[in-house]
Amino acid sequence: MNKMVRQLLPFGTLTLIICILSALKPDSFLTAENILNVLSRSSVNGIIAMGMTAVIISAGIDLSVGSMMALCGMVAGYVMLKLGGAHPQVGSMVAGTIAGIATGIACGLLNGTLITKLKLPPFIVTLGTMSAFRGISYVMNNGKMYDAPTYTYLGMGDVLGIPVCVLIFAVIVAAAGFILRYTRLGRYTYAIGSNREAAFHAGVNVDINLTAIYTLTGLVVGIAAMIATSRTVSAQPTAGISLELDIIASVVIGGASLAGGRGTVSGTIIGTLLISFLRNGCTLLGISTNVQLVVIGAIIIGAVALDQMARSRAEAGRS
Amino acid sequence: MTTLSQERATATKEIALQMKGISKHFGPVQALDKVGLTVRAGTVHALVGENGAGKSTLMKILAGVYQPDEGTIEIHGKRCVFTNPAQALVSGVSMIYQELDLAEHLTVAENIFLGAEPMGPVRFMVDRKNIVTRAKELAECFNFDIEPTAKVEDLSTGDCQIVEILKALRRKATIIVMDEPTSALSEREVQRLFEVVRQLRARGLSVVYISHRLEEIVGLADEVTILRDGKLVHSGPMTALDIPKIVHHMVGRELTDYFPSGTAEIGDVLVRVSNLNSEAGAFDISFEIRRGEIAGMAGLVGAGRTEVAKTIFGVNPKTSGQIVVAEDELNIRSPADAISNGVALLTEDRKRTGLCLQLPCSWNITLPNLVEIGMRHVIRPSKEKLIAEGVASQIAIRWASPQAPADSLSGGNQQKLLIARWLLANSKFMIFDEPTRGIDVGAKTEVYTLLNKLAEQGKAILFISSELPELFGIADKILVMRRGKLVGNLVTSQTSPEEVMHLAAVGKN
Repeated sequence: MNKMVRQLLPFGTLTLIICILSALKPDSFLTAENILNVLSRSSVNGIIAMGMTAVIISAGIDLSVGSMMALCGMVAGYVMLKLGGAHPQVGSMVAGTIAGIATGIACGLLNGTLITKLKLPPFIVTLGTMSAFRGISYVMNNGKMYDAPTYTYLGMGDVLGIPVCVLIFAVIVAAAGFILRYTRLGRYTYAIGSNREAAFHAGVNVDINLTAIYTLTGLVVGIAAMIATSRTVSAQPTAGISLELDIIASVVIGGASLAGGRGTVSGTIIGTLLISFLRNGCTLLGISTNVQLVVIGAIIIGAVALDQMARSRAEAGRS
Repeated sequence: MTTLSQERATATKEIALQMKGISKHFGPVQALDKVGLTVRAGTVHALVGENGAGKSTLMKILAGVYQPDEGTIEIHGKRCVFTNPAQALVSGVSMIYQELDLAEHLTVAENIFLGAEPMGPVRFMVDRKNIVTRAKELAECFNFDIEPTAKVEDLSTGDCQIVEILKALRRKATIIVMDEPTSALSEREVQRLFEVVRQLRARGLSVVYISHRLEEIVGLADEVTILRDGKLVHSGPMTALDIPKIVHHMVGRELTDYFPSGTAEIGDVLVRVSNLNSEAGAFDISFEIRRGEIAGMAGLVGAGRTEVAKTIFGVNPKTSGQIVVAEDELNIRSPADAISNGVALLTEDRKRTGLCLQLPCSWNITLPNLVEIGMRHVIRPSKEKLIAEGVASQIAIRWASPQAPADSLSGGNQQKLLIARWLLANSKFMIFDEPTRGIDVGAKTEVYTLLNKLAEQGKAILFISSELPELFGIADKILVMRRGKLVGNLVTSQTSPEEVMHLAAVGKN
């Protein structure tokens, strides 16, 4: 019973927020346009949050995702500029996109390798790479951005009225859900996060699996970076500053445990949407962005506190 | 006769500690049954017994960690009731556990005065110089050779024990309990510790000394109390006893028939380990196990049994030696290698190295077997559940559902979950490290039955246990480990618990 309540709590909160906003601002909130707008804006965070969910389930953390996103965008912007000039055509845009995503994979692989080969805590490694990736992003064009005026498809295009970025988000959610639930990698991720020693003694190759998780996170960061670049039609070295905190927050609100072994894709989606709708709602209601920060902070603490209470009660009931 | 006069001298010494009629139960298990302990001032009192005999429980009651169901404690004639460890400390009882409990990054002096720092002229400012001087004085007073300004992390285990003892002395302890103090010490450090213990005795303190190493006790203790199965079996002066008599008191119970008899046919040699060495503490280990044979492995805590198991299973790297299973020489570098070559290890600590406690029972069963059950690429949860249920029903695991988290099960059922995992893996060579630790008697018998059944299926089994009765009840032969070496390879029907205990505690004569 408690478990049900626990799992339904974030979902209930989300529904509640949507209901309240619909009632307060029926004309502006509950429109297809606004909902799709919120979903588009959630897509960058949501895509990265899929990787972060796996990382957190494995009892790790990736603080470098925000900087990594900036770096991926900058590499893509650089490639587009070099190949296509000021107004890149399709060919150079595809090349830039591939370069950007490849950068993400390389960054993730670097994180994973440092964590497993040097046996360093993920917090330390990704704190270091967070700084390094950001530094490289600034160095690339002396702190300036790359314009990509023609790069609009991923961020602003649509297929049959549905934004392309929302479609990509959906595909990645499906893939993440499948990997975590139906593959050995997913199963081993839970096992490593729940009890790394036990997983090792059960024959799980901990290093390879952890490296894979961080590399896949790099992949989704690369994809998200291309959407972000497209939404602003420019690659900015300042992109994604403190993004990692928002993303960790949405994963945690979704019920994942920073101690590892617990977390779901569906929970993370709810966590991401909760934050997005809250922002959107606050804006519609004319609440300042500064106050929004306070509200979101309270929600993070409240969600985790309620979760802890439900858990300790469930444990007390068992013993 | 000097011993007689010593004995008389001991008998006339004042009683420092008197525990009377102490009983304690945990659930249905009677850990202590009206046990008494009398320790005189200025003596070393050995407390011995097999694992699970109740020594630790008795000492935890003395330290205020547990409260007894009945019985009384008197310290220097004063009746004491401890409801928490702090009260025991104030009454002069200090424990020195196997796991030392020091702040590694602080200095020796800071550790000694931790929580009782002398304050300087300014309030809230610790008087560092004063701490060092006083620590030095304390150490010199007992002739301990230790540098008060050294960081604890730079000290050897032996030095750390001295710091613990000084901490106890600073608290004005009169009764110091040492639990297996020599298990992690080198020979030289052991000798130094004995000197320290003798110093304490000469100053009129009482030392309760718990050790499995009987030869140490014989040389050090004035009196000895022997426990078995939570009962007091003997208490008296050391001079009246020798090692064989102590061993007899420790193990002298009848082996009852709660060990099911096996009918396995013993076949050809399936496992051959030769000259196995590892840095972790296994030296030149060689043995063979035949198909259908259960080889027991006995030894004291820290004798290197688990190290042998871990080395075979690829947890610790081997430095040399061969492991041959079914005529194939195996090159095992990780548990994954071991498992794919048909070797299984049920680890001694099911919570730390066995189960993913918060994950579903079925996941715990299939974790090492996903490839074998045809789920290399895609896991099919419904089929997985059926497979888990199938293997669980073979050994009657009681769970709410296969999806229930592993930590919702009782200790015995958790152990069965791990056994189910290796049943499913269908390993040829199975190592069970303390499979009956911490589970109730009924579940133990089920584990024994299962071991017999596995032997009947032609598997080779290495059964590591600290409980001699179960080794004698189940094993076809008994390998005895002592200090990382194999010191005995005995046929069960041609040996005795006394012989095994003697080998484990003292080695070959």
